[in-house]
Amino acid sequence: MDLTQKPKEVPTMAALAAKGQTPEILFWVGCAGSYDQRYQRVTRAFVKILSEIGISFAVLGEEESCTGDPARRAGNEFLFQMQALSNIQLLNTYQVKSIVTACPHCFNTLKNEYPELGGNYEVVHHSTFLQRLIDNGRLIIKEGGSFNGKKITFHDSCYLGRANGIYQAPRKLLESLDAELVEMKRCRTTGLCCGAGGGQMFKESEPGNKSINTERTEEAISTGASIIASACPFCMTMLSDGVKEAEKEDEVKVMDITELIAQGKG
Amino acid sequence: MLPQTAFMSQILFLLLIAFFGYFLTTRIIRIRKNIQLGRIENRTDKPARRFKNMMLVAFGQKKMFKKIIPALLHLMIYLGFLVINLEVLEFIIDGLFGTHRIFAPLLGDFYTVCLNIFEFLALAVIISCVIFLIRRNILKLPRFRSSEMTAWPRLDANLILIIEILLMVAIFTMNATDQVLQVRDSSYTSTGRFVLSAQLIPLLQPLPLDTLILLERVAWWAHIIGILAFAVYVTYSKHLHIFMAFPNTYYANLHSPGKMSNMPEVTNEVKIMLGAATEQPPGDPPERFGAKDVPDLTRSNIMNAYACTECGRCTAECPASLTGKKLSPRKIMMDVRDRAEEIGQKKAGQAENKALLGDYISKEEIFACTSCNACVEACPVQIDPLSIILQLRRYTAMEESSSPADWNNMFSNIETNFAPWKFAASDRFKWNKE
Repeated sequence: MDLTQKPKEVPTMAALAAKGQTPEILFWVGCAGSYDQRYQRVTRAFVKILSEIGISFAVLGEEESCTGDPARRAGNEFLFQMQALSNIQLLNTYQVKSIVTACPHCFNTLKNEYPELGGNYEVVHHSTFLQRLIDNGRLIIKEGGSFNGKKITFHDSCYLGRANGIYQAPRKLLESLDAELVEMKRCRTTGLCCGAGGGQMFKESEPGNKSINTERTEEAISTGASIIASACPFCMTMLSDGVKEAEKEDEVKVMDITELIAQGKG
Repeated sequence: MLPQTAFMSQILFLLLIAFFGYFLTTRIIRIRKNIQLGRIENRTDKPARRFKNMMLVAFGQKKMFKKIIPALLHLMIYLGFLVINLEVLEFIIDGLFGTHRIFAPLLGDFYTVCLNIFEFLALAVIISCVIFLIRRNILKLPRFRSSEMTAWPRLDANLILIIEILLMVAIFTMNATDQVLQVRDSSYTSTGRFVLSAQLIPLLQPLPLDTLILLERVAWWAHIIGILAFAVYVTYSKHLHIFMAFPNTYYANLHSPGKMSNMPEVTNEVKIMLGAATEQPPGDPPERFGAKDVPDLTRSNIMNAYACTECGRCTAECPASLTGKKLSPRKIMMDVRDRAEEIGQKKAGQAENKALLGDYISKEEIFACTSCNACVEACPVQIDPLSIILQLRRYTAMEESSSPADWNNMFSNIETNFAPWKFAASDRFKWNKE
């Protein structure tokens, strides 16, 4: 799949509602997916997959707003609930039933924390969504693709893994690429955090003797993998910084599972 | 034994039971009150699921088996504790009624089988305790050495292991002398051969009858006093996990570990601010948003602290601890317990002028947490240090506005731009245009 190609215009909930249409699923882009230049590429890759397969979806566009996750984890419950309640109002106005998101933090908040505040949706992380598409034959990976025999290691995002028990879906995706999946010693339930969760993404870390992302990236690099796959925008930032710091940018790439699937797609 | 000395020892035994029973009861009441300092939280739903969880995690030690070597050694001590304590029943009946090995004639060969099993476990306990002592004091495993493991926690850990060894040594001494005495004095009930303690018989054979009788009694009293004293000691020690692991796993969090507890009192206020009708009239405003001190925490948070045996699996997995930050989840739990005890003892003036946040736990510690749930996952008895950390953060953000400056910026970005970064809301959909 050619990622340099411009994606088609992405439908918004507002535009569809004006035409009296409701999409099957809402793609919750998230702040990182909207603003972070690196993660915008992931957003575009995911949208391209959705469009090509012909999934009926839309985004909120400018109406989207932070789920409130970082505010809540940093202790600002007022701000979190302001965000959550106004988001729920918007989502319920559009009668949203299903949501897919490429951010484990948004995923966790929408799935586990919104129901108590009146937002009940079927929420799926993009790794599970893509895996289902492959399982039901709608998404086909081409044989002997460019990943054949390449070593890939997968970094578990805490909010996908430990918080929500999703360990298999991203790994199944990587296996579908015929790549050689090499695990780090600390993986799945004992996976080491990238250092960005719980609001850490937005502040300097406390004094210590090492950065958490350095510790994690060193472990990832030591597997000998040429690709570190992640499924979270914050992990991607932390690991990319770690690779830069280790001066391994030429040998090791940090990529989201969506980008890998988009490249391997037939 | 002369009848009057037998009578005297019965009285003494009764007094001992009453003495230790009194202290134990006082401690249980105190700990219960300390746990009840906390807020009530509904954790009585789904009793069948909770019971099953308790049976798997506490009784079945499911989470211990992630580390196989300590799990097996721990299992030996645990089985020893469960099984050998059946013998305490006989101790108590004998002690109260002045009998000697009352179950031996009643159970016959089965008694011999049981005691041989007990002895096998007693040996396994000794071996395990010795290995644990080596791990702590000679191999110096890092997780037993981090900064919160000051003099008392280290001594506590060693004392428990040593007491357990001594209790087992008392059993072997008692059984070995008894076997010698059975041959020399027909008034001793025949018990059959105890294979392991029989190995000690050659050492005891040269001793005169009086010394043997004394030795047997000393070992018997040492074992039962040891157990009673240990039961009281345990309530002051990290070793309390042997009891608290059970209620702790029963009342464990059944939600997804990623879900933070909701604050309904905030929901009401926010709904008023947003102009949305509130379904119920707002109740009394809470005294405090978030937690500053132990009574602001939930009862299960405090129970967690009493269930902690300071094994340090949490801290060994914590990304902040691993990279040299001050945060240690184990220290959070130890601090909560120490502070709960302090409040419980109501040391005049002291308790009021201090608080959990500030005097025990610093902001530097709680701000370093990545909320990654590694500590929660690592804990063999499902302690949740993360829940405490996040409640303390709520206090700093909502009551003190003392969050790190970067976070305050993040808050204002969300308030004004609806994103944690300083980007215009109108640029949110630009990824589609480029």
